[in-house]
Amino acid sequence: MPYYESVFIARPDISAAQVEALTESMSAIVVEGGGSVAQAEYWGLKSLAYRIKKNRKGHYTMLALDAPAAAVKEFERNMRLNEDILRLMTIRVDELESEPSVMMRNKNSRDERNRRDDRSENKPDAKPDDAAETPTETASPEAEAPAEATNEGEDK
Amino acid sequence: MRGGRKPFFRRQKSCPFSSPDAPKIDYKDVKLLQRFVSERGKIVPRRITAVSSKKQRELARAIKRARNLALLPFVVE
Repeated sequence: MPYYESVFIARPDISAAQVEALTESMSAIVVEGGGSVAQAEYWGLKSLAYRIKKNRKGHYTMLALDAPAAAVKEFERNMRLNEDILRLMTIRVDELESEPSVMMRNKNSRDERNRRDDRSENKPDAKPDDAAETPTETASPEAEAPAEATNEGEDK
Repeated sequence: MRGGRKPFFRRQKSCPFSSPDAPKIDYKDVKLLQRFVSERGKIVPRRITAVSSKKQRELARAIKRARNLALLPFVVE
C-alpha cells in the first residue's frame, strides 16, 4: 500500500483534547478502509503565516498513513466536511519517517539552544540579513521561526 | 587577468543540498526553507543560493507546500 502524509490544521478555539478526539475519529476512517495509521503527531497550537478563515492560529496535526487510495480519499472527504478543519494536505511519500518529524525535533530542542545560535543558523551568506528584519505589525512567524514564544505575546 | 582587468575571483559555491551530509528538503522543515526565501517571502533564485537545479525544483515544491499549510507566507507585507 502506498504511504501518505497528511497534515491538517484545526480551528484554534477547540481544545487540544478535542483535536485528539478528531484525530482518533479520522484515523478510524482510514482503518475502516483497510489502512493503518503509522504515526500521529500533534505539533501544537502554532501561529499561521497568514490568516485562514479569520484565524491567526491553528492546531497542527500530522498523520503518517499506510493505506489504499480509496481509504485516503474517504478520509479526505470526511476531513473536508468537518468544519473544525481549516486546512488539509495529503501527499504521497516514498517512505514514512520512523522518527519524529522535524517539527517535533525543533520543538524539543528549542529550549536548549539559545537565541543567538538560532539567528546565525538562519543567516546564510547568500541571503540578505535576516536579523535586520524588524518585527512587523502582523507579528508574522516567518520573520524568525524560533521566535514563536515572543510572537504569542505580540498577538494579544 | 584577461584584458588587464582587475582580477576578481568568485569563490566556487557548491550546492548546499548535494553534499553527503546535506539536510533533506522537507516541507515541514520551516527553518531550513526560510533560508531560501527572501524577506518578501519570495523563493530566492538559485543563481544566488547556488542550489543545483534538481534540488531547486525540489526546494520550490517544498516551499509551496509549506505555504499552503501556512507554515511560510505567500507574501510578507
